[in-house]
Amino acid sequence: MKNKFAVQVDDLTVAYNYKPVLWDIDLAVPEGVLMAIVGPNGAGKSTLIKSVLGIIKPIAGSVAIYGKPYNKQRKLVAYVPQKGSVDWDFPTTAIDVVMMGTYGSLGWIKRPGQKEKKAALEALEKVGMLAFKNRQISQLSGGQQQRVFLARALVQNASIYFMDEPFQGVDATTEIAIINILKELRKAGKTLVVVHHDLQTVPEYFDWVTFLNVKKIATGPVKEIFNDDNLTKTYGINYKVAINK
Amino acid sequence: MTSPQIEIQMIAAVVAVACAIPGVFLVLRKMALISDAISHSILPGIVAGFFITQDLNSPLLILLAALTGVITVILVEAIQKTGLVKEDTAIGLVFPALFSIGVIMIAKNANDVHLDIDAVLLGELAFAPFDRLILSGLDMGPKSLWLMGTILILSLGLLFLFFKELKVSTFDAGLSSALGISPIVMHYGLMSVSSVTVVGAFDAVGAILVVALMIAPAATAYLLTSDLKRMLLLSIVFGVFSAIAGYWLAHFLDASISGSMTTVLGVVFLMVYLFAPRKGLLSVLYRQKQQRTEVSLITFLLHLNNHSEEEERHINHLNEHINWQKIRAKTILDLAQKNNMILIKDEIVFLTEKGKDFTQRALEYIMTNKDERIEHMKDDFFLFRG
Repeated sequence: MKNKFAVQVDDLTVAYNYKPVLWDIDLAVPEGVLMAIVGPNGAGKSTLIKSVLGIIKPIAGSVAIYGKPYNKQRKLVAYVPQKGSVDWDFPTTAIDVVMMGTYGSLGWIKRPGQKEKKAALEALEKVGMLAFKNRQISQLSGGQQQRVFLARALVQNASIYFMDEPFQGVDATTEIAIINILKELRKAGKTLVVVHHDLQTVPEYFDWVTFLNVKKIATGPVKEIFNDDNLTKTYGINYKVAINK
Repeated sequence: MTSPQIEIQMIAAVVAVACAIPGVFLVLRKMALISDAISHSILPGIVAGFFITQDLNSPLLILLAALTGVITVILVEAIQKTGLVKEDTAIGLVFPALFSIGVIMIAKNANDVHLDIDAVLLGELAFAPFDRLILSGLDMGPKSLWLMGTILILSLGLLFLFFKELKVSTFDAGLSSALGISPIVMHYGLMSVSSVTVVGAFDAVGAILVVALMIAPAATAYLLTSDLKRMLLLSIVFGVFSAIAGYWLAHFLDASISGSMTTVLGVVFLMVYLFAPRKGLLSVLYRQKQQRTEVSLITFLLHLNNHSEEEERHINHLNEHINWQKIRAKTILDLAQKNNMILIKDEIVFLTEKGKDFTQRALEYIMTNKDERIEHMKDDFFLFRG
């Protein structure tokens, strides 16, 4: 039987210095959803993504991408780390950063060639950054840097996209441009898991949501579970978010 | 030039290139201090290796000492991981401890072995040609040239093979790991190459100055380029230039070769720091001055844009109204006129179409921070370059 879950996390526990930051997480992400992970600072949102991608080793539990371990399914997965996690003064250009997305499918030692360059240019075009392809990355604005990161994920041509706060520090135009691309990806049948901070935009942007605060509070369709009850459970205070229709 | 002179310069140049390559990645990974730690803490490794092999150029000694370098990195990381102290403190704890063990080992055995602390710390390139590689009675040249040459070829080969992996794991360890290019493997690979290079080079330039050869060329190149390949190439050029210029400086001053090489490295860095086209001090100062002028220009144009009444735009009143000194006002007026942004008729200043358009775009940029429409203005105005 074919597994209908794009991502399945079972009993995942992650600890830093023996202090659990994620506790016994069970999570199943259906194929083709655009899912937000929400929760307060220190809730373990980034850690969850990083453990799924094998960047952090969990102390217990398992992760499956379409029913198989991550290291067997790398090519199906693209990753957009937090913008602040890299040094933007690194001596490289926008197109070069996008090309890094092709390194996974190239494997060790092999160099990117014309095919990879063409893919990178197309991805830059899609995010509206073609004009900046040879710009040094420190000379880009925050929003432009985020678009370059998105282009790098697009070039991976994956089935599942993990994104860590892709809207952080971007202007309104970029935010709209990014969410349109994400929605397009979902239309194309891709699965997207996005760490998100702005609760106001959750109902508008996403169709699936996971509430996380060290433990998983709830996961499901936004329409059904994005309510004050879950928000209060997640954020610990009596949270009244205006979910205006 | 005599043949030992040529040999010394060849060794110096090979050492410089071998140091520059790992140096670039250490600088980009903000790990310059680690090279300092490695260069000191390999001392016990060198001494232990020397007791066993009785030969400073033995490959076994190199490996043993390089292992001490990697152990240093592991210790630093272990202490750092406790979360009790920061990385710099951890480095400061580890390398003096290992170094002092080396010092005691030498002191306890000083009478039996031909190895003294000065030689290890400062090196002596001038003696390098005396220690020759003799193969079946044939003189193959100085041993240290062969040794460093081998290390250089090794690290060039690794750089060539794993350039892409080094780049992505240095820039974005998270992505690198997700792609299956283990940043940990790359990290320890780089640390091993750095350790082997430091051990190989210490005999020629000393354990302390080898740090300068690793860090200074990379730091200098960093100021000049925004391309990793070019940064590597420039580091090599700066390293080799400083090594050879340093040799001749030492020759004329009758001073230490390694000391002179390091001095040249420092001077080269200083020159680039002052005169680099984009990141240099002078160009930064110039840019700031230009930006001040450009802000004044926009302020002035805005004033014209906002006031239709003639008295506000009379040339004599402008000084008082914008509250500038005469010289500044004159500079701005000239600049605006030169760019055809204003027209002066009967001592009254008018905005031209070009001036209006410019003001509009500048205003829009300042308010929205969107730079699509001012893209072409970036070449002429610093202000719009972000």
